[in-house]
Amino acid sequence: MTAQTLIEVEHLSRYFGPIAAVNAINFELRRGEVLGFLGPNGAGKSTSMKMITGNLAPSAGRIRICGHDLLDQPKLAKAEIGYLPEQPPLYRDFTVDEYLQFCARINRIAKGHIKTAMDNAKQRCGLTEVGSRLIGNLSKGFQQRVGIAQAIIHTPAIVVLDEPTVGLDPIQIREIRKLIRDLGQEHGVILSTHILPEVQMTCDRVQIIHRGKLVFSDDVSNLNERMQSSSLLLTLRNPPSAAALSSIQGVSQVEVLGPNQFRLLHATTRSPAEAVAEQSVKNSWGLCELTPERKTLEQIFVEITSTEQHTEAAA
Amino acid sequence: MIMLTLAQRELRALFLSPLAWTVLAVLQFILAYLFLSQLQEYVQLQPQLRMMNAAVGVTDIVIVPIYGSAAFMLMMVVPLLTMRVISDERRNQRLTLLFSAPLSMTEIVLGKYLGVFAFMAIMTGLITLMPLSLLLGTHLDLGLLAASVLGILLLMAAFTAIGVYMSTLTVQPTVAAVSTFGVLLLLWIINWAGGKVGDENASGALQYLSMLNHFEALSKGVFNTSDIFYYLLIITTFMVLSIRRLDADRLQH
Repeated sequence: MTAQTLIEVEHLSRYFGPIAAVNAINFELRRGEVLGFLGPNGAGKSTSMKMITGNLAPSAGRIRICGHDLLDQPKLAKAEIGYLPEQPPLYRDFTVDEYLQFCARINRIAKGHIKTAMDNAKQRCGLTEVGSRLIGNLSKGFQQRVGIAQAIIHTPAIVVLDEPTVGLDPIQIREIRKLIRDLGQEHGVILSTHILPEVQMTCDRVQIIHRGKLVFSDDVSNLNERMQSSSLLLTLRNPPSAAALSSIQGVSQVEVLGPNQFRLLHATTRSPAEAVAEQSVKNSWGLCELTPERKTLEQIFVEITSTEQHTEAAA
Repeated sequence: MIMLTLAQRELRALFLSPLAWTVLAVLQFILAYLFLSQLQEYVQLQPQLRMMNAAVGVTDIVIVPIYGSAAFMLMMVVPLLTMRVISDERRNQRLTLLFSAPLSMTEIVLGKYLGVFAFMAIMTGLITLMPLSLLLGTHLDLGLLAASVLGILLLMAAFTAIGVYMSTLTVQPTVAAVSTFGVLLLLWIINWAGGKVGDENASGALQYLSMLNHFEALSKGVFNTSDIFYYLLIITTFMVLSIRRLDADRLQH
């Protein structure tokens, strides 16, 4: 048997009044996989997370966690999930140790194992040193880590993290991304975010959700392909005419951005970068900058959602 | 026992807040003052009581009024202690921690209820130390004392149940406190209108609903199962309502 399926979601929908926050989405999560949930603000990411973790009842659809239906056997299903919501649910008056001990107990860890579970979680999240400090006195980054420690303390099969890197400094973000990758080795992880590079760095598979619908679901490598640049940013000290640039093989169009700066558009499949560099040396244009431009999340969204609309209109 | 874990956390959280300590101190101070003035009165009355060969003793004159005053003060204090139980957790979005754990709504509500009730029991214990100190110098009617303590424990169990329910209704602790106080006061005085209602059945129903009536019976030493049943009814009703209300959090529209 290949990787075990941890989550099966079928036709999951959630309405708030007449508004469909989540509209009939289907997906699966396997063990050893990090699944990125990507979408702009208000796309329905958090609503989906809340439903998967049993914090919000779905309007329609079915969620199975490790084979247990979330509505019929909530206790069995919830025992397999660790959840870090957008705002970590911390007791600020408690010390880190007291808090984690409470979390271990409500997740029904046997008395003898609580100590090991706590040490393990603290060590993984880099909290060993702050065990006896009050949570309220810790920095935002440490509080976020306590939130993650809470989610993994009972070594659940599935860890759901809702925007775990919001409000952290770059070093902490790197550490947490590394932690997520580590978790992905043995658990199944669902990561919700609106930061594109985060998904590229940490996830194996990505799903893009837009206005409550899944508009894209594929491996990250395929997303990268989609994101491949179709333009080069070029700065030259002694620039030739735009016409000379557009005559280079592979360049489909030239935009003049300034006296020395140009944007060269090309087909995604073949980059003319090499040819441009060659020509530049040959004609001493004085090459200062040659950068492939990456697409931003917005562009991807526009691309994906606009093709969606086209197909819808055609249908 | 998972409910005890929840109760323990609740109790600990209460003792981490200055509010609980202040409540304990103020309540103890006022009741001690009343206790001493009541004792003074008894000392003055004592010769007359002896001459009349009356059937009332120190327990009736000193202790029973203390529990009566305590009951009235607790009506104002309990809402302050129960107001944060659920509403504060909801406001800080901490309910997710409990909802995501393998716990049933019943366990969550009962766990929290037991935690707050444990605090009430500690409070009762502290109040009871005062009457017990009289044992150093005199004999007490321990049966009557026990009935009074039982009466106040049941009363507080009912108060707490109502307070917990009010706390599930809102995100603002103060709103929970005010509405709890309103309900408690209404239940306390509801029999005042009893005599003025012409209909005898209606008047009887109002008399039955009044907490004061059931409490007074016990503090006179009358142990009646219908009084016990009344408290159990109130506790069960408000616990079930709380569980249902918390369950509805997941269904919000």
